[in-house]
Amino acid sequence: MTVLRIMLLAFLVVCAVAVSVSRRLLVSVTIYTAFSLVMAIIWLILESPDLAITEAAVGAGVTSILFFIMLKKIRSIQTTARQDGGEGQAPSGPAGSVDGED
Amino acid sequence: MSRRDPKYTGSPWEHFAQWRRGEYDPSAGRLETRPPETERRADREAALLRSYVRADRRDEYTLGLAKRIGGFNRIYRALAVVLALFLTVLLLVTVSYLPAFGDISAPENNEVAQRYIEKGLEETGAVNIVAGMILDYRAFDTFGESCVLFVAMCCVLLLLRVDKEADPHSQAVEDMSDRFFEPHHNTILQMAARILTPLSVIFGIYVVLNGHISPGGGFSGGAIIGTGLILYLTAFGFARTGAFMTERLIKTLTVSALTFYCFAKSYSFYTGANHLPSFITPGVPGAILSAGLIVYLNVCVGIVVACTMYTFYTMFRKGGF
Amino acid sequence: MGGSIFTNYEEITAVVLFVIGLMDLLMQSNLVKKIIGLDIMDCAVYLFLAAKGYIAGRAAPIYVDGILDASHYINPIPAGLVLTGIVVSVSVSALLMALTICLYREYHTLDLDEIMILLRRRETEEVRRLTRESGEGGGK
Repeated sequence: MTVLRIMLLAFLVVCAVAVSVSRRLLVSVTIYTAFSLVMAIIWLILESPDLAITEAAVGAGVTSILFFIMLKKIRSIQTTARQDGGEGQAPSGPAGSVDGED
Repeated sequence: MSRRDPKYTGSPWEHFAQWRRGEYDPSAGRLETRPPETERRADREAALLRSYVRADRRDEYTLGLAKRIGGFNRIYRALAVVLALFLTVLLLVTVSYLPAFGDISAPENNEVAQRYIEKGLEETGAVNIVAGMILDYRAFDTFGESCVLFVAMCCVLLLLRVDKEADPHSQAVEDMSDRFFEPHHNTILQMAARILTPLSVIFGIYVVLNGHISPGGGFSGGAIIGTGLILYLTAFGFARTGAFMTERLIKTLTVSALTFYCFAKSYSFYTGANHLPSFITPGVPGAILSAGLIVYLNVCVGIVVACTMYTFYTMFRKGGF
Repeated sequence: MGGSIFTNYEEITAVVLFVIGLMDLLMQSNLVKKIIGLDIMDCAVYLFLAAKGYIAGRAAPIYVDGILDASHYINPIPAGLVLTGIVVSVSVSALLMALTICLYREYHTLDLDEIMILLRRRETEEVRRLTRESGEGGGK
């Protein structure tokens, strides 16, 4: 049990670092969803099933839907407003680029 | 060899060969698999125009960055790293003096928690101690939280709502941008939604109604119902959901749920504090209609949460219901 | 240094996550990454609270088999607090996302540095225009 706990907690930290260093916003948001799911498992291990079900529904479900729809909105605003947010490298380095899928 | 057999023309094999060559689309006119060609061309032209704007702005940006922000940015980043290290060490030292994980003699395991556990079933009737705590002993806390959700919904409405009558142009822009990158009438999605939407809505209702017996409650159940509605909306479009999830319905449901919560809990607190006889009884623990007001309050919270999540989604997607 | 640093894995993770989230808020210039950083900070605080409410060898706070004794269940108070917090944090991040969409509509970028420069340029132009107008007014 202790090993499982340590593995899950280490996964949380790895996810948090990966969110910060990943270049594309879509990847960041997907990793954040994984973070929330692992968080839900940790709530179960901490004997709080109420928190687990709430985190799985709200944190992993609704928050990531909202993030995804916001990214889609930003991409589409970008194309209709004839403006740029992310083709190629943004000026300030990796953090500045909007999800550059094509 | 290439002489065409009259039997071959119009046969499934010919269709298959044409489909392989890209001349024939079996789903043409029925299933939309990619945005229309005209929109994509407009997209490409816009990208070209964008690159000019971009180059112009990048020059100015690099100049401005070099002149004003460059030096400050470096100091700022160094200070942030120092702050991070300092905070980590400080908090780790603090953690090292805390009681060990799972220790029973930790100061937060005091008589308050003991009181909630030992008297909870008798006073609230809820089998789930957490539900009994947040919806009975600390119900006004939860009421404030539902109001936070309501206020957040109002703020998102204020920021993203597009007025159809006053601003037909931006409504048209929103409608068009909503169609970008998203094929309509996606059969796979629609089939999945036909199966999953009723399941998730029913499961959400189950979680809400059993909030006082098993894990769950208004917050998680409401979020599940909201997710089911969002799935239905994604698969079938605004024309189908707009028929029943109107602005008026959402407004009425949310406000009446909050009002009912406020009055019901005020009554219960008033009678409880003044030792007056009350018709709210804990009932038989374990039954669905037990635990006094907790079931009804859970339903109220669930309605507020589901409406809020649905409104967030519609506002983010199109700026209207 | 106290002795429980080798047993409090949850608390240590909470500290690390909190600092990572704070660094996201401070160092990232992308607004979406800032929102995710704030969410990670939220999660760190919830993890700390729930870890403090856990008692080794006890069950979840749901009455089983009619046992009403407090020595069978973990502390329910942190769970109640965190339950409240999770839902508030999702509404906060939805509000932040709405504000981000509004900023993107205005400036067509998600980069905070770029937004600051565009804002400053716009301000300078405005001041210049105002001084020119007032100068013309004074000349006459």
